[in-house]
Amino acid sequence: MTTVQSVEAPTGAARNWIPICAHADLIPERGAAALVRGRQIAVFRAFDGHLYAVGNRDPYSGAYVISRGIVGTRGEEPVVATPMHKQVFSLVTGVCLDDPATAVPIYPTRVTNGTVEVSVE
Amino acid sequence: MRIVVAGYGPAAHRFAETLAARGFTGGLTLIGEEPRSAYDRVALTSYLSGRPGTGAEDLTYPVPPAVTAVRLADRVTAIDRARRAVTTASGHEEPYDVLVLATGSAPFVPPVPGAERAFVYRTIEDLRAIRAASEHATTGVVVGGGLLGLEAADALRGLGLATHVVEMGGWLMPRQVDEGGGAVLRGHIERLGLTVHTGTGLDRIEPGRVVLADGTVIDAGVVVLSAGVRPRDELARAAGLDVGPRGGVVVDEGMRTSDPAVYAVGECALAGGMVYGLVGPCNTMAEVAADRVLGGAAAFTGADLSAKLKLLGVDVASFGQLSGALDVTYMDPVAGVYKKLFISDDARTLLGGVCVGDAAPYALLRPMVGSELTAQPSDLLFAGAQGAGPDGAGYPDDAQVCSCNNVTKGEIRSAIAEQGLTDVAGVKKCTRAGASCGSCVPALVSILAAEGVATGKALCEHFPYSRPELFEIVRVRGIGTFSQLIAEHGQGRGCEVCKPAVASILASLNGGHVLEGERAALQDTNDHFLANIQKNGTYSVVPRIPGGEITPEKLIVIGEVARDFGLYTKITGGQRIDLFGARVEELPKIWKRLVDAGFESGHAYGKALRTVKSCVGSTWCRYGVQDSVGMAIALELRYRGLRSPHKIKSAVSGCARECAEARSKDFGIIATENGWNLYVGGNGGFKPRHADLLAQDLSDDELIRVIDRFLMFYIRTADRLQRTAAWIEAIGLGHLREVIIEDSLGICADLDAGMERHVNDYFDEWSATIADPEKLRRFVSFVNAPGTPDPSIVFETERDQIKPVLLEVTRR
Ligand SMILES: Cc1cc2nc3c(=O)[nH]c(=O)nc-3n(C[C@H](O)[C@H](O)[C@H](O)COP(=O)(O)OP(=O)(O)OC[C@H]3O[C@@H](n4cnc5c(N)ncnc54)[C@H](O)[C@@H]3O)c2cc1C
Repeated sequence: MTTVQSVEAPTGAARNWIPICAHADLIPERGAAALVRGRQIAVFRAFDGHLYAVGNRDPYSGAYVISRGIVGTRGEEPVVATPMHKQVFSLVTGVCLDDPATAVPIYPTRVTNGTVEVSVE
Repeated sequence: MRIVVAGYGPAAHRFAETLAARGFTGGLTLIGEEPRSAYDRVALTSYLSGRPGTGAEDLTYPVPPAVTAVRLADRVTAIDRARRAVTTASGHEEPYDVLVLATGSAPFVPPVPGAERAFVYRTIEDLRAIRAASEHATTGVVVGGGLLGLEAADALRGLGLATHVVEMGGWLMPRQVDEGGGAVLRGHIERLGLTVHTGTGLDRIEPGRVVLADGTVIDAGVVVLSAGVRPRDELARAAGLDVGPRGGVVVDEGMRTSDPAVYAVGECALAGGMVYGLVGPCNTMAEVAADRVLGGAAAFTGADLSAKLKLLGVDVASFGQLSGALDVTYMDPVAGVYKKLFISDDARTLLGGVCVGDAAPYALLRPMVGSELTAQPSDLLFAGAQGAGPDGAGYPDDAQVCSCNNVTKGEIRSAIAEQGLTDVAGVKKCTRAGASCGSCVPALVSILAAEGVATGKALCEHFPYSRPELFEIVRVRGIGTFSQLIAEHGQGRGCEVCKPAVASILASLNGGHVLEGERAALQDTNDHFLANIQKNGTYSVVPRIPGGEITPEKLIVIGEVARDFGLYTKITGGQRIDLFGARVEELPKIWKRLVDAGFESGHAYGKALRTVKSCVGSTWCRYGVQDSVGMAIALELRYRGLRSPHKIKSAVSGCARECAEARSKDFGIIATENGWNLYVGGNGGFKPRHADLLAQDLSDDELIRVIDRFLMFYIRTADRLQRTAAWIEAIGLGHLREVIIEDSLGICADLDAGMERHVNDYFDEWSATIADPEKLRRFVSFVNAPGTPDPSIVFETERDQIKPVLLEVTRR
């Protein structure tokens, strides 16, 4: 299998990719949490197969629950709503659409030989 | 003026009702052979159900005010046209200025040996006799596989008989569907356990069995003949009035017979060379005759014989012409669907169609009969099922949008304009369109939109419909997945508002596991992990404790589980025990222990029935008058797992002291000396509301029936996250009572069937989950480190139990 998607590092420097799980392990339109070098990352598989990774911590509640939110769209934007109080974050930019001053970190993803990989540099 | 009506069935009733509405003040005498006034014959079969609201008195219409005399259980035996008087079997003579024949029709009894042993299916007395005979029988045979025969067969099945249907024609319902449709229908009916014999007639009836013309012998404790009806024209015939060669009293378009002083209406009349066997045209004839008697010029010029019905749970619809130069057919024998459309020879005009197993195209295509096709004929076969929604906006003004209540698009448009209607509920209330079967609701939405009314009820940016509208769309179209619904009726990929709402609708309508396939992704985190999320990302676990009754052994198990997993324990307001602080990967282990000890999900995480709380009741309490605990347990077990627009709470108090606080619940029950009082729409919480008394002194069965309907009607029509309190304020207690007690919309059978399905299909979600490795996969804190607990979850101790350590948050 080849790479179906990747987000390139802005500098072009070699990235450190960390395998997470099989692409098939992710339920479409649902997230999963991963523990990557002490960081909690929420990985999502959109309906069209696209992958997104954002920080798992909900900045509003402080709980690590973003991966358990409902995935959908706002206009064209793929989004996730935190399960705690339902604030909505862009999966592309990490910015809270209801409150642009708040954001969750985003991480590049790719699929190699059927394995989802995330880069945390 | 003295008017005499011979026969007192639905047509006679409508005639008298029309005269009353028009202020008629002369003499109006109704003479009927049956022992009661006219009743709703169309609903006759419901009489066998024994449900509240289906007794003989319930089905019987009130006598209209214009009627000056009623003679029941007396038959008109002769008409003396010269003297203008009728005589009756009891020897009574009644003079008339105008005579109206409304004698209806009689079942045709084939002249076979033993026919006297069989029953017919026409009157309340017929059904009483069938019910009595069924008590001593195990097998039944219905002769005749038409509409009424199949209805009778279903009734026999409902009475517990192993039932056969014998149809002389080559297939079932030969008058409504063609051979292909008949074959598909047969498949459905055989799957229900009925045995079908076609292409052979009845030879004779012997005690305990029938013999068919092809020699087949069938055991038959009860035989019902449903081989067609014959107009009752014997009076007219004897009086020398014109009758048709195959029966029926000949009338002109003003319903006048060959004697200008005598009219005929209903099933006994032959109008334009046709006898009509449906109540709609019979009513129209009665209205025309009433108008003529009063000097008007109304005319009966034929009627639309389209029909859409649910027979034995199968949709059957036919409309327009059932033949044409061209036709297109769709057939899926596995799914049991057959659809055929008839088209003019230039392939441009829709002439009619037949649908079995999926009547979705009916509502959309019927108004288009006679007009130019708007799409490829083959696409029209899927109208309503796929692709473009029902474009009510494209209908002409005279198109009938609601066929149940006969409402045209023009009427709907003027109601919208004149009454300033803004939503489907308003249109339903004002015009009755959409108030019965609901299949035209999507068309109503598009008409509202085309009239420039922003319905304003849109659930979210993905669906232009309110929750009740979406519910109807899913129900009527039989939609099974979110993806199908959003592709056909919405846009984008949904959100945290519409996904759980649709998940709940799919659960209410289709049952099944909430974590099955695509549905898992629609659920809120609570439903996704079948537990309640708490502020630090852990979950709480609530096993069901029906009625708050629990054995010491089970209490010990809960204590042991809490101790072994280190959970915080608290007694809830709903008389059960909540265990807090579980991490996702612990949930299946906790539930394995609980399920092994006989517990099941308490659905504390779902928009569903929570608990039915109770006081200790008459078993122990010296004041109690009924067994409130027993009833609470029965209700909790009946409605457990029922997904709804919001959570539902209940309570049962064993006497008027009301220790269970039932009047603060969505449905609360308070025992009386004579049974149970049912209160609905109570609420604690943010906006407290005392529940309203809906019905009094109910028996156990009546109580359950009314609650069944209350809950199903709520599930069907409430908005997203609307508790019963707000819902009742919106629809009114009077309307609620009309719909679920008086069945004013004719939907109670559907509501009952919906609840029946829920009760039969219930299973414990947690047992099913721990038995399914696929569903268990989601219960890990980290996909890449399944054994690692979430390090962010930390507890401290307070009053000897755990307590979450406060998390750092962004406050805005
Ligand atoms: C089980 C069943 C289900 C049905 N379902 C549907 C349906 O779903 N949709 C639909 O459109 N239609 C349905 N029908 C048909 C509908 O009931 C009839 O079209 C309607 O009842 C016709 O009304 P009517 O008043 O003309 O005749 P009837 O209902 O037959 O009433 C005539 C009355 O006159 C009495 N009578 C006859 N002769 C005399 C006499 N000489 N003196 C005094 N009284 C006399 C009869 O006893 C009877 O009470 C159904 C019928 C049955 C039996």
